[in-house]
Amino acid sequence: MDQTPTTTSEINTNNSTRKKRGVPEGTWIQCPSCKKTVFRKEVEKRLNVCTECGFHLYVSAKQRISQVLDEGTFEEWDADLVSVDPLGFSDSRSYKERLVAEQKKTGLKDAVVTGSGMIRARRVAIGVTDSGFIMGSMGSVVGEKLTRLVEKATERNLPLIIISGSGGGARMHEGILSLMQMAKVSAALAKFHEANGLFISVLTNPTMGGVAASFASLGDVILAEPRALIGFAGPRTIKATIRIELPDEFQTSEFLLKHGFIDRIVHRERLKSEIATVIDYCGK
Amino acid sequence: MTMDYLSFEQPIADLQSELDALTKAEVTTPELAEQIRQLRQKLTQTTREIYDNLTPWQIVQVARHKNRPYTTDYLAMVFREFVELHGDRKFGDDRALRVGFARLDEQKVLVLGHQKGRDFKERSQNFFGCAHPEGYRKVMAKMKLAAKFGLPIITFIDTPGAYPGIGAEERGQAQVIAENMFEMSRLPTPIICVVIGEGGSGGALGIGVGDRVAMLQYSYYSVISPEGCAGILWKSHEYAPKAADCLKFTSKDLKGFGIVDDVIEEPLGGAHRDHQHMAATLRSYLKKNLKELLTVPVATLLERRYEKFRRMGQFLELPAAQTTAPT
Ligand SMILES: [Zn+2]
Repeated sequence: MDQTPTTTSEINTNNSTRKKRGVPEGTWIQCPSCKKTVFRKEVEKRLNVCTECGFHLYVSAKQRISQVLDEGTFEEWDADLVSVDPLGFSDSRSYKERLVAEQKKTGLKDAVVTGSGMIRARRVAIGVTDSGFIMGSMGSVVGEKLTRLVEKATERNLPLIIISGSGGGARMHEGILSLMQMAKVSAALAKFHEANGLFISVLTNPTMGGVAASFASLGDVILAEPRALIGFAGPRTIKATIRIELPDEFQTSEFLLKHGFIDRIVHRERLKSEIATVIDYCGK
Repeated sequence: MTMDYLSFEQPIADLQSELDALTKAEVTTPELAEQIRQLRQKLTQTTREIYDNLTPWQIVQVARHKNRPYTTDYLAMVFREFVELHGDRKFGDDRALRVGFARLDEQKVLVLGHQKGRDFKERSQNFFGCAHPEGYRKVMAKMKLAAKFGLPIITFIDTPGAYPGIGAEERGQAQVIAENMFEMSRLPTPIICVVIGEGGSGGALGIGVGDRVAMLQYSYYSVISPEGCAGILWKSHEYAPKAADCLKFTSKDLKGFGIVDDVIEEPLGGAHRDHQHMAATLRSYLKKNLKELLTVPVATLLERRYEKFRRMGQFLELPAAQTTAPT
């Protein structure tokens, strides 16, 4: 599906700055939105939100889980699934090499972490995609882990939360197998829906392509972080097709709210309590 | 119809014009007849050789051939009647997707599919087969109607992709594709999906969840267009043939991955060379499979449909070190 390299360059900048922890220039980071240099510790204290402009910066899946769940309650599921290379895909480097490099970079096996934990003492099933791992794209492992998560939530009657961050959508390197993960996860969600399960989908910067066009858009309640890039086709593809300038705020959380596709825009500091509120109203 | 030859079909074009010249002759001698017979044989042989060895990029050219039969051609050739249903009752009537009642002999069905358009005017009206959200909403509403009244559903996939534009995003392109897969996975009626030309990523999958998924032999079905892939990996559309090699999207590849159930054979030299022949093959495929699916109780049908997509994907589960490969 459409990939949006513009957004990952922002993420990567931020990511590589993060790695320089301890070295002098790591004390400061540049906000990808307002371009101002901000004090890293202050930003981290605010859950990686820019102290100058309020832009919500990248957070890893692991960080996200600790932000949203009650401390020490997370139990990871299906941690041992790893991608293979069904197509024998290779561009500037082989997909196999890319996977190893991404694993090293992020400390993850693939682009999603799933499991169970508590939010304000209520047990939930939770999945978080990490846009730092091959742009948070969905290949067979992401699709399988999310499908298992949905199935377990169905069996155990748990509220389901999926926090999406994906600039890549369906992962090109696994071709058609990635595309079919969209149908697989969506079908599992349809069964979950029939069983009256509650699904809260949280969209973060960026949520694009095949991720936006599958599970991320299927929440009973859809929340989004402010100013996240969310959409089907990448802005570059659209620009190349229609050859006019794109409007301000196009494909942002605010744009989606205005056009009626999300329920609420939620600041990161309030995300946990807003999820808890929805579970209060709709949970069993 | 005048034949438009693709560049790799030049040997076929040459033999054909040679043959045309000979058959125009007014007097027929036994020598001439023999010459024609031999030339015909050679033409068949050459066509077969070329088509047996198409590269993925050449297959894309065939799948996009401007004389290839489109959804409306099959509506006319495969079915006895077509009663079109318009509009999504929310925004508009997308011409890139057509839907309506039809009869496959005595069997009443709902048929839908992407429509690219034959000439430039029709193509612009149809956005070259790239549907907008209202198109996906329209076909979903009619599919629910079909399920309510027990009509089986047949979908024809032929799109470069869902339309990438401002209006499409404003009206929820991502959301409608997600919703269609979600709904189609549980629709209590048999569904057969056939990729007849281009299976362009989410735009294809938005009408692509069913009990049988088949591809015509020279169609392709991909996560991204070869041009799009080339643009990302090599920063230029010129590398599309290379991207086509990487993406493994031919009917043979997809059958191997367990993504499609069947590959429907095309006439010699591709569907565009013999519409009637292609339509007849497609028709018998649809009849045979509908007949089978109609005997399956709905609960079983839905369970099998779920399992079919559930199995898709390949990965390694470390401790057990076993691959889940499609069967
Ligand atoms: Zn800022």
